[in-house]
Amino acid sequence: MQTKPDKSAILDLYFMDARCKLIDLAAFLDRLDRHSGTADFRHPSFLTALQAMQAPTPGKTRVQTVLESLSDHSTEPAEKAGIQFAWGAPPEAPANPSR
Amino acid sequence: MVSRTTADYEAIALAGCEALCEPAFWAGYDRASAQGFYDYYRQLTEYEPRRAAKFGIPHYCWLCINPKEAEDAVFAREVMAIIPDFLDKPNVLGIGEIGLNKNTRSELAIFEEHVEIAKKFNLPILIHTPHLEDKLKGTRLIIDALKNANVDPNKVIIDHVEEHTAGLVLDAGFWAGMTLYPESKCTPARAVDMLETFGMERIWMNSACDWGVSDPLAVAKCMQEMKKRRHSREIIEKVSFHNPVAFLSQSPNFKVPGAT
Repeated sequence: MQTKPDKSAILDLYFMDARCKLIDLAAFLDRLDRHSGTADFRHPSFLTALQAMQAPTPGKTRVQTVLESLSDHSTEPAEKAGIQFAWGAPPEAPANPSR
Repeated sequence: MVSRTTADYEAIALAGCEALCEPAFWAGYDRASAQGFYDYYRQLTEYEPRRAAKFGIPHYCWLCINPKEAEDAVFAREVMAIIPDFLDKPNVLGIGEIGLNKNTRSELAIFEEHVEIAKKFNLPILIHTPHLEDKLKGTRLIIDALKNANVDPNKVIIDHVEEHTAGLVLDAGFWAGMTLYPESKCTPARAVDMLETFGMERIWMNSACDWGVSDPLAVAKCMQEMKKRRHSREIIEKVSFHNPVAFLSQSPNFKVPGAT
């Protein structure tokens, strides 16, 4: 078994890519701020997910907390499909029941 | 790979692909008739194997009506009636990718009826879980339905798991599949994270090769990602080759040269 990469090695592998994506996120939010009109439910869902990433649910990882923040938490099957695609965030208020 | 060019077959052959399995899927539009599915099943069982064979790749497939077209239950049942006619084709592995898309009652009913076909013919099952905001709920509904149907979890792979669903699937005893995309869903780096978090047992990865932005070389790229993280050759081969072979060998039609 080879030695697993330590934190320094993980930073060497992924920091630049993550930095780039972080700046992309900031630019995306600036873009939304700059443009006219009213943002739909996806915008507050996104902001809630960002907060979730910084304070993950106890016992869960950041990525699990973000994914759950962007998930539909209802339990009963829907009566009709309505649409075939997914929005990326539940159309109702952002759900994060364990927080 | 009905949605891909011949160049993609060449690329995966050059990358060392030993076999591929292609699930019955959505065409990018809803088919107008059950006859459209009959033609599609012929494409999956007759033409695509010949196309793959030109590059030395054994081609296998799964059959079903996909959940995106299962909302009309009457239509779905008309299609499902065709499936047994194709189950004796030599490249058919089992029933899939069945599952849910928008988590509706109709989708769930058709999913359960597909499961009964698989049980009747003693075939493995490949399951599609919904994407994005629908995945968590859909995965829970699917696991509950499978438990109610008393399916052997060893014969079921629940695909497209992500970090919030992988544990649910594995803890319930099912196989888990990670579907890799170059963007929008599970990337190779995240897949390796999941392997490191959830372990290397009853899990595989597959390349999304659909109509959207996807990459037939995604598995090869994930193997490279594992190498960057200093995983051993044995572990990389286990996840990318031996695990899929172990699951797929439950289908009597599956044979890959060199797989023991």
